[in-house]
Amino acid sequence: MSEFSSTSTLFETRYSAGAEEFVLVEFDEEMSLETNLLVQRVVTDVESSGIDGVLDVCPANVSYLVRYDPDVISYTVLVNDLKKAEARSRAKGFASFDTRIVDIPVLFNDPWTHEVLMKFRDRVQDPDSTDLEYLSRVNGFADTEGFIESLTSTPSLASMTGFVPGIVWSYQMVPKKRQLQGPKYLRPRTETPDRAFALGGAFPAIYPTPSVGGYPIFGRAAAPVYDPDQRLPDFRDRTELVQLGTICNYRPIARDEYDEIGRAVSNGTYRYLIKHIRFEPAELIADPDEYNRNLIEVLYK
Amino acid sequence: MIVVEEPGFMTTVQDAGRPGHYRRGIPPSGAMDMESYTLANALVDNRPGSAVLEFTFMGPRLTFSAPATVAITGGEIPILLNGNPVEPWRSHHVQPGEVLSFGFLQTGVRGYIAVAGGFDVTEFLGSRSTHVNSGFGGFDGRKLHAGDILHLLPPEHASFHAVRKLSAEHVPHRAKDVTLRYVPGLFDYRLTEEGRRDFEEREWAVTPNADRTGIRLSCKNSSALEFVHREQPFGAGSDPSNVVDAGYPIGAIQIPSGTEPIVLARDAVTAGGYCTVGTVITADLDVLGQAPTHGRVRFHAVSLEEAMSARHERRDRIARACESLSS
Repeated sequence: MSEFSSTSTLFETRYSAGAEEFVLVEFDEEMSLETNLLVQRVVTDVESSGIDGVLDVCPANVSYLVRYDPDVISYTVLVNDLKKAEARSRAKGFASFDTRIVDIPVLFNDPWTHEVLMKFRDRVQDPDSTDLEYLSRVNGFADTEGFIESLTSTPSLASMTGFVPGIVWSYQMVPKKRQLQGPKYLRPRTETPDRAFALGGAFPAIYPTPSVGGYPIFGRAAAPVYDPDQRLPDFRDRTELVQLGTICNYRPIARDEYDEIGRAVSNGTYRYLIKHIRFEPAELIADPDEYNRNLIEVLYK
Repeated sequence: MIVVEEPGFMTTVQDAGRPGHYRRGIPPSGAMDMESYTLANALVDNRPGSAVLEFTFMGPRLTFSAPATVAITGGEIPILLNGNPVEPWRSHHVQPGEVLSFGFLQTGVRGYIAVAGGFDVTEFLGSRSTHVNSGFGGFDGRKLHAGDILHLLPPEHASFHAVRKLSAEHVPHRAKDVTLRYVPGLFDYRLTEEGRRDFEEREWAVTPNADRTGIRLSCKNSSALEFVHREQPFGAGSDPSNVVDAGYPIGAIQIPSGTEPIVLARDAVTAGGYCTVGTVITADLDVLGQAPTHGRVRFHAVSLEEAMSARHERRDRIARACESLSS
């Protein structure tokens, strides 16, 4: 067992009906890179097997959700097919795959996110702190700078999609004991600014558009991560910057660079720094520091 | 052409919905009371899936500039054509210059205005439904404003001139207080037996926090439902109601902090980190879509087999109602 793996032993996969149109498949109760990579393989398998009646296959961190038409395929038959996909994917082990690594500039402790989060102090664990102060403290940092430095020094793997279109939802690519944690709001906010940077559970995320939200927020991405009108060059082929399996490198920036990027976005010329790579999970697990160092080098060379 | 004189509180273009994009975080949207929506289209002989207007709490005021056939279904509300009361659940001919308006809603929450031909807005991912939170679909991705001009597609059938009326036996019943059938499951193992019993035994009420995204409920007894004690799993978050983020079925019941359940509706976010304890069956989502603020809600657990029977009963009931109109 590696430093990345789940510590929960003998978890038996749960298949559960979400009324007549959904199946939830839960592989584990706790997050781990291994389980997430299993989800990614199973989802790819289920999608490519083209099961009649399956409408949607939605990957999540340690689970996935299938929407189906119960008048075409019964729950029992479908679950049987899903179990076969699970067995095939488990047998495969860690497969490497082609993906992209993206530089994502973020202004931390920005005024816009601050203004919104201050409206919801009655919904958090410590109303007297900002989300950034609270997260820094519960993760054992003396100041907020140390917390941000730690969070942004290694890349994160996009581990699920869903919630709202275009969301960036990722998992820190470091061993479990080095993962930073973000306690979620006790009651969800009714408001989140677009491009707000968040950490909920072990998941760095960027809210693409204004929405509700339960993750603590403490920064703002300089450029859109979702472009439904496909105005910016990086969105010509797709409306989302990040897909399942994309590697995200969050880079703290100062206000000057934030404003400069904002101007480039306004006149439609902004380009993200993106490199195509082959991701080797087995190498990451064997030596995370070395592997991440190489990734960063490939991105910025 | 139809001019929106007054938009009402929340009036959007909706159709049968936008399936197949859940993975990308795009919920199906579509009419909150699908049965009333389907019958509205049938009353004006529209092709199933045509776009209608869905209004919430208050009806719009619309001026027609060309002859049209309209029908209004859903919650009970006085309907006025040029100031004269007309019946719901039947089609009406409207002449150029005539004005359709509404009184105060008596029961339910939402009404449906179908016009022969259906509303002509650009399809997005195969649907004309508005998803206001994402700002796409329907009329400019938003609710209607005063001054908006709506266009219609040409009616498909020549018979649209015939007046159609739904007999009372086919009009769906929408009560103020409702019992919602749900299939327990998903993360319901997080609740203790007592927590699960409490959930079913409590009488909940619809709060003002109810819209197309979800319906939040509260209870006089505001103590949290009991969760199974556990050390929170890595990545889940610290509250007992937190789980590692997962997909949310439409109709899923989530209970943040164990206090106020939220039933996710057709415009809901598709995933998140609060534990869900079951899913309201499709047949009862229509009922929930018409449950008024302060209306009482109880949950009743059913098996998947019972959910399937209810699904087919509803499908057959709607089919019978539609057939009764075509004869």
